Amino acid sequence: MAARRSKIPATRYPVERFTLDNGLRVVLTPDRSAPVVGVAVVYDVGIRSEPEGRTGFAHLFEHLMFQGSANLEKLAHFRYVQGAGGTFNGSTHLDYTDYFETLPSNALERALFLEADRMRGPRLTEENLRNQVDVVKEEIRVNVLNRPYGGFPWLRLPPIMFDTFPNAHDGYGSFDDLESATVEEAADFFDRYYACGNAVLAVSGDLDVAQTQELVERHFGSVPARPAPVRPSFAEPDLTAERRQAYTDRLAPLPAVATAWRVPDPVADLTSYLPYVVLAEVLTDGDASRLVERLALRDRTVTSIGGYLGLMGEPFGVRDPTALLVEAHLPPGGDVDKVLRTIDEEAARVATDGLVDGELARTQARMATHLLRGTDAVLGRALQMAVLEQQRGAPDLLNDLPRLIGEVTEEQVRAAAASLRPERRAAVEVIPGGTK
Amino acid sequence: MTLSLPALGPNRKLKVPTGAERTLSNGLTVIAIRRPSVPLVELRLWVPFGRAPLARGVLLSQTLLSGTSTMSNLDIAAELQKVGGGLAAGADPDRLMISGNGLVSGLDRILELLAEVVTDAAYPSGEVANERDRMIEHIQVAKSQPAHLAREALLRRMYGKHPYAVQTPEPEQVRAVRAAQLRTLHADRVHPNGAVLVIVGDVRPERALDAAEATLGQWKGAGRPVELPPAPALTSGPLVLVDRPDSVQSSLRMALPAVPRTHPDHAPLHLANLIFGGYFSSRWVENIREDKGYTYGPHSVIEHALAGSALIVAADVATEVTGPALLETVYELGRLASLPPKEDELEQARQYALGTLQLGMSTQAGLAALASAYAGFGLRLDFLAEHSARLARATRDEVAAAAAKYLAPSRAVTVVLGDAARIAGPLAALTPVESPAESS
Repeated sequence: MAARRSKIPATRYPVERFTLDNGLRVVLTPDRSAPVVGVAVVYDVGIRSEPEGRTGFAHLFEHLMFQGSANLEKLAHFRYVQGAGGTFNGSTHLDYTDYFETLPSNALERALFLEADRMRGPRLTEENLRNQVDVVKEEIRVNVLNRPYGGFPWLRLPPIMFDTFPNAHDGYGSFDDLESATVEEAADFFDRYYACGNAVLAVSGDLDVAQTQELVERHFGSVPARPAPVRPSFAEPDLTAERRQAYTDRLAPLPAVATAWRVPDPVADLTSYLPYVVLAEVLTDGDASRLVERLALRDRTVTSIGGYLGLMGEPFGVRDPTALLVEAHLPPGGDVDKVLRTIDEEAARVATDGLVDGELARTQARMATHLLRGTDAVLGRALQMAVLEQQRGAPDLLNDLPRLIGEVTEEQVRAAAASLRPERRAAVEVIPGGTK
Repeated sequence: MTLSLPALGPNRKLKVPTGAERTLSNGLTVIAIRRPSVPLVELRLWVPFGRAPLARGVLLSQTLLSGTSTMSNLDIAAELQKVGGGLAAGADPDRLMISGNGLVSGLDRILELLAEVVTDAAYPSGEVANERDRMIEHIQVAKSQPAHLAREALLRRMYGKHPYAVQTPEPEQVRAVRAAQLRTLHADRVHPNGAVLVIVGDVRPERALDAAEATLGQWKGAGRPVELPPAPALTSGPLVLVDRPDSVQSSLRMALPAVPRTHPDHAPLHLANLIFGGYFSSRWVENIREDKGYTYGPHSVIEHALAGSALIVAADVATEVTGPALLETVYELGRLASLPPKEDELEQARQYALGTLQLGMSTQAGLAALASAYAGFGLRLDFLAEHSARLARATRDEVAAAAAKYLAPSRAVTVVLGDAARIAGPLAALTPVESPAESS
């Protein structure tokens, strides 16, 4: 008999969509409860699209988008956003690159102007390129080279799991590739991928729809039309034999391991994909989850363990091919093989014995909280809607996700768990080289 | 085609959400604020925790949710999950903080479980032993992180013998902790008297207060006020160089004096800090990142603790430019301490300060964090309006005076963690240098 379920609530964010004559797709989602707006521009280009010999180029180019634009000097973008009381950033993902601001709503038009101006064209100069290559190298040092577990597992697992350059290479890039990048290549990259036909603008928060539509037309309408490039398929066949590799991290004091299995296409087959999103939480969300309870609390073979979808942990912002990951940190002298065997056992138990009474419902309730918390900030809403529009043409899926996750059945979760077999696994092990 | 920047629309007036507040008979203050943006609720319970023994205090926070006389850790976790809820606890030298969130329909249940752990946490020996091992391993990993090591060295240098000087216990101190000691510490220190619970979410404030009273009203224990001595004033001295052989970057950290939020100098100092390095469009970031490419994420921030405030400056820079990065940092501090900022720089910083106050209040979690942080210092959200007004009227002269007083590089305490063999010489060319072993 099923346990009493918490009712899964939903949001009802209104969604207005339109497309400008130049091909720019726009999503507006008004919410006048606080005098702030979130503005997001997402381009359909990411790490997977960068050319061979140019590892890290998508991310380096993201930095260049902040270095001045058609009508703005270097530093102007930062000063205008912050001088209006706002905050900004950008980030590079496997399948998209985003640029965004959160501002008091009286600065909405300013933000639209700034985003439109760099959509017309960034100022690509030799000096700015060399400066940002240096900054990116420091970013890589602080996040990867100078710290233990740097790049684990997001830079370490792809080359084991995948065979083709787009899926397997280092998205932060090698220093050699970064240093040899040229202004001309940056201009080509802009021409190819930063077309308004390849972009989505989303605005959320304290806005009037008609007035904002007019402002969007005013600022983006004159950006020259350029069509989106054809996106190639990055598909790769599933693994048929286990792949394992280990490397020594000279800074790490303790062992760690990450393992991953391929999952169904998140965009083309959302129905088959969602059970994996739920499964990751059944396995690792909190002390009452399968793997935390068994490995961290009972067997004590790990000090921490987590599971998530997509190498960058964004289940609804990644396209095929992608994976379900489990990442664990081990105590001194910990046995990675044993940890992997136990993960296999627990996956098999879910597959054969199913879930205990109430286990699925409580996992879904907690997932709803996480999803809703992610949409509470106007920027979280704008960014997710922009990506959902770009990858699926369905920004309002954001409103439906808590419900859709709540509809995943035990049978589906069991079937997903049954597919986490050792022969489909890629795994990477960190051998500690740090001083104890 | 040249286009020009559109003007800003009229400023929206800062609207501080009104909450309701009730002090229960057991001394617990409950503050409830309605923000119905999503059907969720956020909770923050601040329990005064000054002078709690370090290793026991941190381990208590990690095992508080490990079981009660009637529930196991799994029961607690599963019961929370059922209503989309979660709770987590952490400790620092000022407070024990229990944070949570969940579906608003689960508010009563989350409060019941919170009440259950604060009144009846059992600290089961097996769970304590497990958490103890895990914590030792987490500390081992932290001690391999340059940011953590630099922070440790800076705190030691800033605070000397004050309890703020050491905020991470040594593994052997953690290993010595027994479950019975956690039960004793809980009985001594986890009390409603002087504690503040903040509830923010899609709920009527009075209803939230009633729910808190119905559940946490049973929490007993008078407690006694425990205060920390004021943090000592910073004493300038040689740069402390901590060796981390083969580092490809140096972690540069500085501490400068600052004042509490209620001090008349706070608003002008807030603005002076922004102009120096407190946001991206600051002199220091534009200099060492956007002009020279020495670093990725330099930042300076004013940190407030109950016993004192400090301005912390932090950058991780390539080993080969460690000396030049320090030079530029001292230059920018000295320039602002010696010359008044330009009018437009001040206006830009002022707009940023005012705008980010608005942004910080625009989510349930942001509002809860802000209300709780303020409440821990005896302030309420209406302080936001006061601080906004002070930011709005701070003059260029006041900001210049604050910069001269607090940002003067002669008052800085400086720590650099990096490859000493490569950076000691360049640093010594700029300032006296000592290694920690030689420091008092």
